[in-house]
Amino acid sequence: MAVIDHDAELARAGANVRGWMGGIFFFVRRYPLGAVGAVLMTIFVATALFADQISAFDPFTTNARISLAPPGGEHLLGADFMGRDVFARIVYGARISLAVGVGATAVGCIIGVLIGLMSGFFGGWCDLIVQRLMDIMQSLPLLVMALVMAASLGPSLTNTIIAIAIPLVPNVARIIRSNTLSLREMPFVEAARAIGMSETRIAIVHVLPNTLAPLIVLATAQLGSAILVESALAFLGLGVPEPHPSWGRMLSESAAEYVRTAPWLVIFPGVAISAVVFGTNLFGDAIRDILDPRQRL
Amino acid sequence: MSAYLVRRLFLMAVTLVGMSMLIFVMLRLVPGNITDIIFDSAGFVNPAQKKKIERQLGLDQPIITQYVRWIGGLAHGDLGYAYVSEKPAIDEILPRIPVTAKLAGLALAFSVLFGVPLGVMSAVRQNTTLDYVLRILSLSGLSLPSFWLGLLILMAFVHFLGWIPIYKATPESPWKELALLSIPAAAVGFRSSALVMRLTRSSMLEVLRQDYIRTARAKGASETSVNYEHALRNAVLPVVTIIGIEAAFLIGGLIVTETVFNIPGVARFLVEAIRWRDYPIVQNLVMFIAIIVVFVNFLVDLMYVVLDPRIKYDS
Repeated sequence: MAVIDHDAELARAGANVRGWMGGIFFFVRRYPLGAVGAVLMTIFVATALFADQISAFDPFTTNARISLAPPGGEHLLGADFMGRDVFARIVYGARISLAVGVGATAVGCIIGVLIGLMSGFFGGWCDLIVQRLMDIMQSLPLLVMALVMAASLGPSLTNTIIAIAIPLVPNVARIIRSNTLSLREMPFVEAARAIGMSETRIAIVHVLPNTLAPLIVLATAQLGSAILVESALAFLGLGVPEPHPSWGRMLSESAAEYVRTAPWLVIFPGVAISAVVFGTNLFGDAIRDILDPRQRL
Repeated sequence: MSAYLVRRLFLMAVTLVGMSMLIFVMLRLVPGNITDIIFDSAGFVNPAQKKKIERQLGLDQPIITQYVRWIGGLAHGDLGYAYVSEKPAIDEILPRIPVTAKLAGLALAFSVLFGVPLGVMSAVRQNTTLDYVLRILSLSGLSLPSFWLGLLILMAFVHFLGWIPIYKATPESPWKELALLSIPAAAVGFRSSALVMRLTRSSMLEVLRQDYIRTARAKGASETSVNYEHALRNAVLPVVTIIGIEAAFLIGGLIVTETVFNIPGVARFLVEAIRWRDYPIVQNLVMFIAIIVVFVNFLVDLMYVVLDPRIKYDS
């Protein structure tokens, strides 16, 4: 009786028998830069989640005696003017960045998908109005739109998320719409219609899942810019208010004056922002290469 | 072509009118106006006086009346009065434009000067060490917040030269002004050049795979000729598109960079006006930005026709 080695047969047929460990190994070998990005993002998320465990100091406690203490010693990255530990503030600042970045991207994507799907699938006057609305919103740069919205909504965490999410909507809506337009003409949509599915159900069950790949690509790219815009808003004094430790505001507090006297207050928060955004950009590039191989940058 | 132009101009007008309504409503939706700010900081509120100031500024009128008054003024160059300085808004805005325009021009020049050649190099040497280095460099350019880059530049100046470049409104000579502005321009342009480089690279890669490139090589054209004469010419079209995107991109960079370097331009002025809820300044500046973005995108579309004879807008 012949013995069949199933694993060998599967491997010969080209099936994926690597398992998840092998999958990770393959990703690291094929996309080394993407892997670096994934590591940076993991560190970022872990820092935000376990801020309490990582930092020995409280980010809000002020201590006049260590005002503007240089890095080294007990306070690893020094202390700011109010005598707050810079390392603790950076660690806790990761929470704000993560909350605003993920929150704004998620809200922006959900609204964008709904609008894009509706305007692409149903077309007609709804499409026309939505397109003009997107034109209007896109006639302002992301930062300007976010600035005006943040100022008119007032400073709070939720409002900052909204102020960044809304300007992200047009990009998402445009991409989802153009994908929907071509998906609408696909045979499987026609088949679904032929067996009597309702239009709304077709849109949700058949069209929506097929826009997922471009959506993931777009969302990773948006995550980076959401984090950058958050830091710029905070830097300009219109972001998340005190006492939340936001990386951008740490720079505005220290900005011009401390360039001369306390450079560590300027360097470390900037390194944190750049590393996180760099990570999401690297990871986003790899994701795009995997999900959308036609469009390589 | 003329039918297209008419349609396009009509859509531009629709967009701008829509923008004006959006910004006008957005600024007035929230409770609190300039009088609240003035009176809150004064610490006491005299309702009669507050009402008087509101009436003077026209804030007691219905929102539609206020809007019509603003648009009517715009039509003949009256932008209203700035709340904070109490001067005509146009006198506050216009003198601040040249600095920002120079800065934007320099930044744009910087981004094209570095972005396009480096993008071509990166594409031609795809997957070599050089390509990897350039790609990491461009990606890091997109990851650095421009205000932080500005601060780092300032820090380098302090550390190595012991002084900080301070922009003066009345420079001694055009060359001095250029030299002073080129520092913040580099901070803005670094980010944009990263964007230009990435797009140039991807569109070059696309073109380099075409058949006619192989043909050019086969008939013995030199590498330089293939890369720059055959490929770059066709790769440049998508790069032109970015100039449209970049108009929006640059403005974001200008806002934070002018703040960092303390340059008295319109971009920084916008932030100050937003903080003070100086509606006349904010709404006019936002409209100004929207007009620039919309107009630049229109020019880019027209440039397509010039650069690529295959594109016709008639059909």
